[in-house]
Amino acid sequence: MLDAVWLIPALPLAGFVILLVAGKRLGEPAAGWLATVMCAGSFAASVVVYVGLLGEDEEGRQFTQTLFEWVPAGGLRVDIGFLADPLSITMALFVTGVSALIHMYAIGYMHGDADFSKFFVYMNLFVFSMLMLVLGSNLLVTFLGWEGVGACSYWLISFWFSSEANATAGKKAFITNRVGDWGFLLAMLLAFATVGTLNYEGLFASVPTIAPVTATAIGLLLFLGAVGKSAQIPLYIWLPDAMAGPTPVSALIHAATMVTAGVFLMTRVNPILGAGYDWVPDVIAWVGVITAFVAATIAIAQNDIKKVLAYSTVSQLGYMFLAVGVGAYVAAIFHMIAHAFFKALLFLGAGSVIHGMDGEQDMRRMGGLRKFMPLTAVTFMVGWLAIAGVPPFAGFWSKDDILLFAWGSGGADGKVLWAIGLVTALLTGYYMSRQVFMVFFGEPRWRDAEAAGVGEAEPALVGSGGASGGAITPGAAGDAGEATVATHPGTAVGSHGPTSEHAEPHESPWIMTTPLVVLSILSIVGGVINLPFNERVDFLEDFLHPVLGVNEAEIAVSTTAKVALAAVAIGAGLVGIALASVVYLRRRVRAAEPKVLAHAWYYDEEVTAFMGGPGRKSFDAIAWFDAHIIDGAVNGVATVVRGLGGRLRPVQSGFVRSYALGVTVGVVAVLGYFITRVSF
Amino acid sequence: MIGAVEVTPAWYLVLGAALFSIGTFGLLIRRNPLVMFMCIELMLNAVTLTFVTFSRMVRDTGGLSIVVFVLVVAAAEVVVGLAIIVALLRKRPGATADDVAILEG
Repeated sequence: MLDAVWLIPALPLAGFVILLVAGKRLGEPAAGWLATVMCAGSFAASVVVYVGLLGEDEEGRQFTQTLFEWVPAGGLRVDIGFLADPLSITMALFVTGVSALIHMYAIGYMHGDADFSKFFVYMNLFVFSMLMLVLGSNLLVTFLGWEGVGACSYWLISFWFSSEANATAGKKAFITNRVGDWGFLLAMLLAFATVGTLNYEGLFASVPTIAPVTATAIGLLLFLGAVGKSAQIPLYIWLPDAMAGPTPVSALIHAATMVTAGVFLMTRVNPILGAGYDWVPDVIAWVGVITAFVAATIAIAQNDIKKVLAYSTVSQLGYMFLAVGVGAYVAAIFHMIAHAFFKALLFLGAGSVIHGMDGEQDMRRMGGLRKFMPLTAVTFMVGWLAIAGVPPFAGFWSKDDILLFAWGSGGADGKVLWAIGLVTALLTGYYMSRQVFMVFFGEPRWRDAEAAGVGEAEPALVGSGGASGGAITPGAAGDAGEATVATHPGTAVGSHGPTSEHAEPHESPWIMTTPLVVLSILSIVGGVINLPFNERVDFLEDFLHPVLGVNEAEIAVSTTAKVALAAVAIGAGLVGIALASVVYLRRRVRAAEPKVLAHAWYYDEEVTAFMGGPGRKSFDAIAWFDAHIIDGAVNGVATVVRGLGGRLRPVQSGFVRSYALGVTVGVVAVLGYFITRVSF
Repeated sequence: MIGAVEVTPAWYLVLGAALFSIGTFGLLIRRNPLVMFMCIELMLNAVTLTFVTFSRMVRDTGGLSIVVFVLVVAAAEVVVGLAIIVALLRKRPGATADDVAILEG
């Protein structure tokens, strides 16, 4: 059964090839269904391999399948091979499962798009790349997938490339990822130079022989790669912009694939991290927790329905890196799976809202949608409760696990990490509730096109409907006082293009709601894969044990303390929800959405300013150095050679007899030398 | 019988050297490409003669076999060289070897 492992990436690849050749002919919706079936088949193959792995005893749960020799170059031998072990199969299971649901959803979401089949070409290639990344038996195959998802994300984010902003967002994602890829590449070269192999098996077997300083360097360089791919500080800036792509792409990038690659990589190379200096995990934990906190603060002031979710993804990924940093690899993978469920659910729900609102993404123009889109609203709220950490939803168990390990990781450090994580949990409850209340509760605001139209210039403006033209927007009368900018009364209707002529929002077709229902069920019960009650229900931990071994942290926290910590974590989430309900549901308190948060701490602007100013200058200096010093050296050599050649040219006169004379004189000279000097 | 002068191999070597020198000087001082070509043939034959002589002196057939090679190469050279010279003289009647210098790039 383990032999089926090659099928897992092969099916999406086959889908990609078929769609590439005959996608246009298949058309809509056949092309989408083909892609979906390929993903579902891949999921089935993953299940088969999973069952096969369960059949082995714990020691034997590692199976390498080598397809062919890829790079035979001197001492370097790299195969195209797959490593089926608990970690890679766990990843493959949820990647293929969630991807299949997203593909199905996309059939409905992309309905009527001119490039319908092209979309699924990229989607299948994306899933294939992710599976190569996950299943690769060596660093180079993983890197192949790593670059593959990078390229696919570029194509998919800028899928509607006729708009300048979308194309720019794609480029931004690609280039930012490149910084991280540089770290990955160097780590690979260093690993090869040190150990002489890129195979995980060989690499981990020789971990004891690697010097701590080398292991630290490899670990940190790989971490740099992970920071880029998983959107951590300081390289998170591409992720919020990745919203430019169609919503299924956002769900695919944010939930199932791509961003989880960094966490996966860190878990995969846990022996190397374990062999480095002991401050390496601290670096990872701090980067993670700071990212979690900062992204959560940004999320509370965003008005784009997808931007909120994007920053929440960054924040949740921060939790996962926190878990990796404190040695709680199981908790990281657990949270990754739970996150895949509820974040895919939230994104697809947001996509359903956008679909129902005819492309509207500004939450200030939504409100009261639960009456119009009941199924979307209910499933979205399941995702909301899951991410806010309300028991018994999946997010509670995994987040609690991470916070528990942070608390137990010892020292004052651990307590501080825990405290920041807790505050982040509160913020998570707050911003997600804000989103739910703004979108699904309150008064319908989508007719108030003008009121929100000014929001672009004034992001801090609370998302309340009331334009001055209250007569036109009767539904928003209660909110009128909060509009700080006077808009153009009387022009609200008919002046704003399509948005002002909204049809009533409508529920999405079954093909989009079915994945929502499945994902919401998974978000509710997902926690059962790793319940903390006793040893026998730690399914995920038991399953992953062979991969992690001694590197998984052991913590000594009493049961009472565990319960108390869980209670505090639940309390934090509930406080966040309660605060949001006071502000956005009851409207007792005027919402505080500082401009600095709406602008994401001006980090993006700072980066742009730096790169446009000093960065630009230094690049110009480097370009000058390249053009004048490097090229100058090369051209200088050429000039010298040409000059010497010019001096020698007259010798080649073209007179045959002078050549003959030269030859004769030469022969005479050589003969004379031999006769007079050399003694035979 | 009058006392015949014995012809030693040295005579042949001297003859070969003389022919070679004549050929060399002819090549250097004449301008007519056809004459220069004949001088080269003369040098080749001088060398051939020397080979045969040495071969006889040391009782070794190696020299003889080289002669065969020289003949073949000379024949091939004549085919190509003569063709070039004829083509040249057709194009420019009365051309000398120095006139070919215009081909120099």
